[in-house]
Amino acid sequence: MDRLTAAAGDDAAHEHAGTPALEVHRLGYSYPDGHRALHDVDLRVEPGERVALLGPNGAGKTTLALHLNGVLHGQTGRISVGGLKLTERNLHEIRRRVGMVFQDPDDQLFMPTVAEDVAFGPANFGLHGAALRRRIDEALEAVGMSEFGERSPLHLSGGQRKRVALATVLACDPEILVLDEPSANLEPVARRELAELLLGLNRTMLMVTHDLPYVLQLCPRSVLVDGGTVVADRPTRELLADTELLAAHRLELPYGFRLD
Amino acid sequence: MSAGHATLLHRPGGSPVHLAAPEVKIVAAFLTVLCVVATPRHVFWAFGGYLLLLFGVSAVAGVPARWVAKRLLIEVPFVVLALLLPFTAGGEQVAVLGLPLSVEGLLAGWNILAKGTLGLATSLLLAATTAPNDLLLGMQRLRTPQLIITISSLMLRYVELIVAEAGRMRIARISRGHDPRFLWQAGATARSVGSLFIRSYERGERVHLAMLARGWTGTMPEAQRRRPAPAWSRTRTWLLGLSPVGTSAVLLGVALWTA
Repeated sequence: MDRLTAAAGDDAAHEHAGTPALEVHRLGYSYPDGHRALHDVDLRVEPGERVALLGPNGAGKTTLALHLNGVLHGQTGRISVGGLKLTERNLHEIRRRVGMVFQDPDDQLFMPTVAEDVAFGPANFGLHGAALRRRIDEALEAVGMSEFGERSPLHLSGGQRKRVALATVLACDPEILVLDEPSANLEPVARRELAELLLGLNRTMLMVTHDLPYVLQLCPRSVLVDGGTVVADRPTRELLADTELLAAHRLELPYGFRLD
Repeated sequence: MSAGHATLLHRPGGSPVHLAAPEVKIVAAFLTVLCVVATPRHVFWAFGGYLLLLFGVSAVAGVPARWVAKRLLIEVPFVVLALLLPFTAGGEQVAVLGLPLSVEGLLAGWNILAKGTLGLATSLLLAATTAPNDLLLGMQRLRTPQLIITISSLMLRYVELIVAEAGRMRIARISRGHDPRFLWQAGATARSVGSLFIRSYERGERVHLAMLARGWTGTMPEAQRRRPAPAWSRTRTWLLGLSPVGTSAVLLGVALWTA
């Protein structure tokens, strides 16, 4: 439990003093049809930081996220995670270090039971026996789903599925969590519970989202991406208060919100 | 693993048939179907024997004949063909209730009907007494290639999701005035089957990406698999489980002998 929640944030900072948790340097990518999705993207995330990745639909946010664990390969530029460069040879270790939580939990949860699904990642990374079982228990406990190990993911509510999806990634003990639209399709209470859970994890996080109030609550720093490049990189409150900047990139705070 | 999927065909229970090892039941069902298929079509009594055997097994398993009969309706589209054959096939004719029917067609139709029904009933009994996950486990113990196990388990996991998606698409169509009872609106149903395929395909891609992201290298981790049963109980279950197949084999042997 403590290993999963408390450790990563503080210890990682001591371990790799000066080494960023994530470093993206001049990353460029074009889709096979020639559409240019990313262009010279630079991004540096320090250990323990929680950073939001904002931008309109089609800005390249998800494309960028899929580069971080080598699912997509940038044609130019480089990425390193905790000082380890992303190469074909390091791919397995990079995927352990970068925990991706996908938008639709049904894409992520594919095993017959919750426990088997949580076991899938760490087993792929070589854990077995008692150590694997302990890891499953810790991950399920961290998201408050210990009771549900033997249940089928099909029979859980949306919020529970989201938490289990998070557990499947936590179980791999990643150094950085990448979350794609974590608050999508959640009812208000489940949304708040997830926020509290994420804050309690105390891990390095990169969060792709449109949910600006959520960003304000969770991420001290925000990076605005549009047209495949980084347009702004500022403290969240400051960025969200810049209505002109938001409007220029098809973002706006929900009705009734004001930050200035 | 038992608390897995919602099960359309599985009837949980504690009968000896339910408790038999899944691999034994798979082999027994497969061999029984082989016996049925190998039986010459004109040895009518042998099919009666197989039917009695299936009744016996379903009685032991506590699966009502009505339950099986209702699910046998799925073979109706194939039976239509069997019913047409006596009218369409050529050769020697015989008059039944004043209708001239082809003898060859009657036999061919009977062949499809009898073997199809018996084969389907056998599979239904297997499905009724074995949970989907246990079927997978049985296949695994029978050394089925890992890839097939993986594909089957993914299919089990997602079939409900796809059925639910099809249901939502249907409701959305109906809400916009679609009425599939009219033949000229069948096109919309067909197109939504197409788009369902695309959606399922795309979901498959996303699932694959999510698996890669968690370090998948092409083989399922073995850590969660159950241990095989001890050897002494295995011999006994094999002997017990294959006893109906023995009966089928005797039926087949006599049928071939007398044919």
